[in-house]
Amino acid sequence: MSNVENPALAPSREVAAPRPAWRIFLIRPETMTLALLILGVFAGSQLSEFFLDINYILKSFTLYAEFAIVALVLTMVIIAGEIDLSAASNMALSACVFAYAQQTGAPLPISIAIGLSAGLFMGLFNAFIIIGLKLPSIIVTIGTLTLYRGLAQIIAGDKSIRVPESFIGINNVFIGGIPAPVIIFIILSIVLGLVLGTTIFGRQIYLIGTNEVAARHAGVRSKSIKIILFATLGLTSAFAGLLTASRLGSVRYDLGLGGELQMVLMAMLGGTYIFGGRGTILGTFLAAWLLVIVTTGMIVANWLPAYQLCVLGVLLIISIIATNFIYSRTER
Amino acid sequence: MLKRNLLKSLIGVVSVVALTTVAFAADPVKIVYIGKNTGNPYFDSITGGFKDACKSLGCDFEFVAPATAEATSQIPFIEAQVQRGVKVIGIAPNSPDALNQVFDAARAKGILVLTVNGDITKNESHRDATILPTNFDIVGHDQVEMVGSLIGYEGEIAILSATTEAPDQNKWIVGMKETLAKDPKYAKMKLVATVYGDDQPEKSTTEMEALLSNFPNLKGVIAPTTVGIAAAAQVVQGRKIADKVHVTGLGLPSEMRPFIKDGTVKAFQLWSPYNEGWLAVHFAKGVLDGKVKNEVGGKFDVPNLGTITINPGNSINTQSALTTFDAKNIDEYKF
Repeated sequence: MSNVENPALAPSREVAAPRPAWRIFLIRPETMTLALLILGVFAGSQLSEFFLDINYILKSFTLYAEFAIVALVLTMVIIAGEIDLSAASNMALSACVFAYAQQTGAPLPISIAIGLSAGLFMGLFNAFIIIGLKLPSIIVTIGTLTLYRGLAQIIAGDKSIRVPESFIGINNVFIGGIPAPVIIFIILSIVLGLVLGTTIFGRQIYLIGTNEVAARHAGVRSKSIKIILFATLGLTSAFAGLLTASRLGSVRYDLGLGGELQMVLMAMLGGTYIFGGRGTILGTFLAAWLLVIVTTGMIVANWLPAYQLCVLGVLLIISIIATNFIYSRTER
Repeated sequence: MLKRNLLKSLIGVVSVVALTTVAFAADPVKIVYIGKNTGNPYFDSITGGFKDACKSLGCDFEFVAPATAEATSQIPFIEAQVQRGVKVIGIAPNSPDALNQVFDAARAKGILVLTVNGDITKNESHRDATILPTNFDIVGHDQVEMVGSLIGYEGEIAILSATTEAPDQNKWIVGMKETLAKDPKYAKMKLVATVYGDDQPEKSTTEMEALLSNFPNLKGVIAPTTVGIAAAAQVVQGRKIADKVHVTGLGLPSEMRPFIKDGTVKAFQLWSPYNEGWLAVHFAKGVLDGKVKNEVGGKFDVPNLGTITINPGNSINTQSALTTFDAKNIDEYKF
């Protein structure tokens, strides 16, 4: 969506002739994701006669919408040159805190607020260690991934905690025929896409990810921006955890287990550059649909999980090679 | 004239063929069994029962399972089967409650939901019936009796279970502890440890070796899981201590045959997983055809199994007690 090349950083040589618009459009990772998405829909329709049913696809999307929502914010964190692998554990711990609070008698709105605050706090805790103590985010969040999951197990034990009937079933709320979690995902995509693509804040995120030292010299308050990003991710994860609790009707410590990989997969499939500086919300938006279409297409065709894993692995490798190729070409 | 007649009859033939294909395609009842995860030989046996029964009753059968056995991994598979238009979903649930909402949605579409080889305890209202191999309330007692008979009702015993959360195993362990505490027959037997091999061969082996070094006076080990008992037997076989430590529990005859043959294991127990699948299909087809009423106390006949009664909680058992396998009968069982 946005033009990632910052004019301030461009070399002071003579300006090359502008590339034709069609090439700028074609040589973008999102174009590849879109192409794969169309291919996926076609392949799915060939694999099973039961696949091409918009209601079924939307319903299936609700199963992955929680991860997809977090993946949108995660995309911004990755563009800023960091990563957070603790988001899925955050979902579980926030949901457990929420469920525990309402089980001990707190009113529903208060319990929701407690759950969301827990997520926000976890995001800030990550930010404190990563930015305050200047440690690599991949290591720190592998640590908190384990820590948050462990705390969730302490709170919930080996049992599941029921959530109140009135809280169950957000995925069965339809607005104009579209399940509510999907609507939330779409709205959040538009909002974050605008923030990242059109605001100064968004530009600064790209700048930090491209060259943090240069960004700081240029007056970008990189620390505060990263803290805001980690905090937003924490809050969003908690929100996603509550969505999951509402869909399942109960909360366990293993809620969203392994979800961090799905989230990173969505960002990568959408062309976000793992070393930061590049990527778009549109890419992650398309990649979430791609992942759902491909997974659902294979499941409804009764494919064995082993083949499904192979296809997903190949898909990721293709996207990484393509993204890398595209970026190395456009760098010149 | 001839041409027109030919054309007419041709159209006739085509439409008859088309009609019969449509009628035929709509006819067979689609039944699916959703396992806990793939690569688990235990489910091959259940699936075998499903397959054979579907063949004899003219139903379409599919087996699907997620790659991992975590609580929610079966949800996309259930929704996909609903979309495929199945009439019956048999499932070995990975969670006692995370599937409730999906089950309700499936049943609202008129699909018969049966939990097979594991139930959603305390959430029974979200499924139509459960098919269990035997009365799980007595498994704990039977296993204590089994190990007691092997060690002369005296000495230290230990339990090597699956995961800490496995609902069936935990229920049986509670039963074992109650039996040991209350029944004077077992007063001289002492449970020294309960360890968990997570149903992984390597971890189960490590846990078994740790048991042997921590408790040198150990006389018996109950492993109420097919992975655990095979791993425990392997360790005992390797150390050649079968005369000192008696391994028993729940195992698959096909996996345990070599240990029975060389005397490493004297006896172990299980039920027939095959019969669970066989029974599930006969029950489901009967309910769909209106021949069987899914009511507590209802009775129906199943070939090879005799008359089956629907127990309280719409629970159906394939056999009344565990089958004990030893050197005398092990060759009769193929699964």
